[in-house]
Amino acid sequence: MTGKPERMTGARAFVECLYRENVEVLFGYPGGVLLPIYDELYDAHLHHLLVRHEQAAVHAAEGYARATGKVGVCLATSGPGATNLVTGIANAYMDSIPLVAFTGQVPSSMLGNDAFQEANITGITMPITKHNYLVQDAKDLPRIIKEAFHIASTGRPGPVLIDMPKDVTTDEIDFVYPDKVELRGYKPTYKGNSQQIKRAATAIAKSKRPVIYAGGGVIGSDASKELLSFAEKIRAPVTTTLTGIGGFPNDNELYLGMPGMHGTKYANYAIQESDLLIAVGARFDDRVTGKLKSFAPNAKIIHIDIDPAEISKNITVDIPIVGDAKNILKSLLPHVSECDTKEWLDKVAIWKRDFPLYYVNRDDAIKPQYIIEQINEACPDAIIVTEVGQHQMWAAQYFKYKEPRTFITSGGLGTMGYGFPAAIGAKLGRPDKVVFDISGDGSFQMNSQEMATIVQNDIPIIIALFNNGYLGMVRQWQALFFEHRYSHTTIEDSVDFVKLAEAYGALGIRVEKPSEVRPAIEKAIEANRPVIIDFIVEREENVSPMVPAGAAINEILDLERTQ
Amino acid sequence: MKHTLAVLVENKYGVLTRVAGLFSRRGFNIDSLAVGITEDPTISRMTIVVRGDEHVLEQVTKQLNKLIEVIRVTDLGADESVERELALIKVNTDASNRAEIIQIVDIFRARIIDVASKSVTIEVTGDANKIKAIQTLLRPFGIKEMARTGKVALTRGSKSS
Repeated sequence: MTGKPERMTGARAFVECLYRENVEVLFGYPGGVLLPIYDELYDAHLHHLLVRHEQAAVHAAEGYARATGKVGVCLATSGPGATNLVTGIANAYMDSIPLVAFTGQVPSSMLGNDAFQEANITGITMPITKHNYLVQDAKDLPRIIKEAFHIASTGRPGPVLIDMPKDVTTDEIDFVYPDKVELRGYKPTYKGNSQQIKRAATAIAKSKRPVIYAGGGVIGSDASKELLSFAEKIRAPVTTTLTGIGGFPNDNELYLGMPGMHGTKYANYAIQESDLLIAVGARFDDRVTGKLKSFAPNAKIIHIDIDPAEISKNITVDIPIVGDAKNILKSLLPHVSECDTKEWLDKVAIWKRDFPLYYVNRDDAIKPQYIIEQINEACPDAIIVTEVGQHQMWAAQYFKYKEPRTFITSGGLGTMGYGFPAAIGAKLGRPDKVVFDISGDGSFQMNSQEMATIVQNDIPIIIALFNNGYLGMVRQWQALFFEHRYSHTTIEDSVDFVKLAEAYGALGIRVEKPSEVRPAIEKAIEANRPVIIDFIVEREENVSPMVPAGAAINEILDLERTQ
Repeated sequence: MKHTLAVLVENKYGVLTRVAGLFSRRGFNIDSLAVGITEDPTISRMTIVVRGDEHVLEQVTKQLNKLIEVIRVTDLGADESVERELALIKVNTDASNRAEIIQIVDIFRARIIDVASKSVTIEVTGDANKIKAIQTLLRPFGIKEMARTGKVALTRGSKSS
């Protein structure tokens, strides 16, 4: 920088820093201590999206990050504004999503005095952030913002929170934005150890029954092209976790679908019978592994992950390679050649033929799986965002994702109410795409107030609401494990979703017959405005297959057959 | 199994909470934790004694390394190290047994740092066994109060941790 640094308030500096970080959209909600910042935002060249609840701001920022690969940014006031971010921050932490959350704070002089709208948000979010800051001096603000964006987006991505006392936003500073970040305790490893890469190549060469198990890390590091080249070169089948969906083209013959609790039988059988499991950016979550002791019992395990703490956290790894998935797959490629997997792939193909995902379609009731298939046919390039529950699993199972960042869902935390606001972020990040929020009637009601946001800002999102009058996934568990005692999971007739859409000025469509499904989807796409399609679906449809919690992943309940 | 870790951290607001919070939320068991500034005022040293098997030790080390403000983690069990703990022990006394207490203090190369009519306060430095031993011998006189620092440790020789 040349000349004298410009003198400005912390609030102005905040806006300047966001410019420097190329932030396009800021999801936020104002409040008393944020007034200096909101006054600056009045003239700023930044898209600020006003939500109706701060939880939606953080989910939207996250949806934006997942759809674009950029850092999502949200802003909330002190106290209740800040605490309303907590769920979304935890969600981003569990799924390793880059996010910077800004919170206003009471003036420094009042900190710790239980002042009006004070909450110790750095203390509260310590366990659910990659790092957080309480800015104690306005002159530190630019450096801290620079560090926050760096920390959020490098290494294993994650949420970073910056808490800004009001005086920090009003004090004047000489604005200097640092060029570089200096953090002596933070040096992520990107390059895989060459010895380990050679060891992995040797193990791959020896393997007769390899399986690639890819997770959200593949999407986070933009490694899907490399994953495809790698899988095709060694001729190994590929299974992607819930957050890894889209990381491998679903129409590829090597694709096995999702593993684990609601995974395909063939993915689970393949893992269990594999002699080599190549985990890429996946963390052996319990929903994937089932009973740890019986997981992939005969397999040697290669684990590629950027976070050394994930190595041997849940499962003992034979060949760990710490680093960025894209880098490592690239450097592994020249060392590997086609494996002798013909026999293995034939066996997998037989499993695929004998145990496909299936449901029994009917003419007189709408099957939720059928809706997903129809959305897929009508709009194969859509971005699918989901809430949490049965509809989420059907969206994972029945839509054919071809590209990364087209399936956006809450994996680790399983946050109901996530999908709708995340869809808002996804649509703002990718306005060229049709965005569906696949939703249950339970989950949708957790953040349905955001209808006002999308109508006010004319954000065309299609909410495909799977209305079964139940908290469906919990009901399914009650049916299977609690003798159909549906304790407090019935929510039928509680809302007229068409009227709700209309009350907000959106389009509402009710669909009660299978024949109306496709026309309704097409009408909604055509409308190019906020839409709720209220699909009245088969009430007690179950997600199948299912591995009960704590069982081995090949101990699968085949629910359709028992119905 | 106990392990002693030397953890160098940025000397900043909230770091102790971060480290302590990490232990509690991940279910690791801290036996002792001693913190103080180092020769570099921007760096603090934590000596942490943690209980658990090799798997726990590995996870503790890796999770600590993930914290942005943690600069380095060294397992002092891997190298030979010198370890000390300081305890202050206030013991009931009167004219009849003061000599006996002084004798014990001498044997342990401890020091009396405060004397009153009905008590003495003893300073003792050493490993946990030594402190336990003197405590056992002083207990019959009646220990009124006791304070321990927790273990501090450094690697032996010129290598740094």
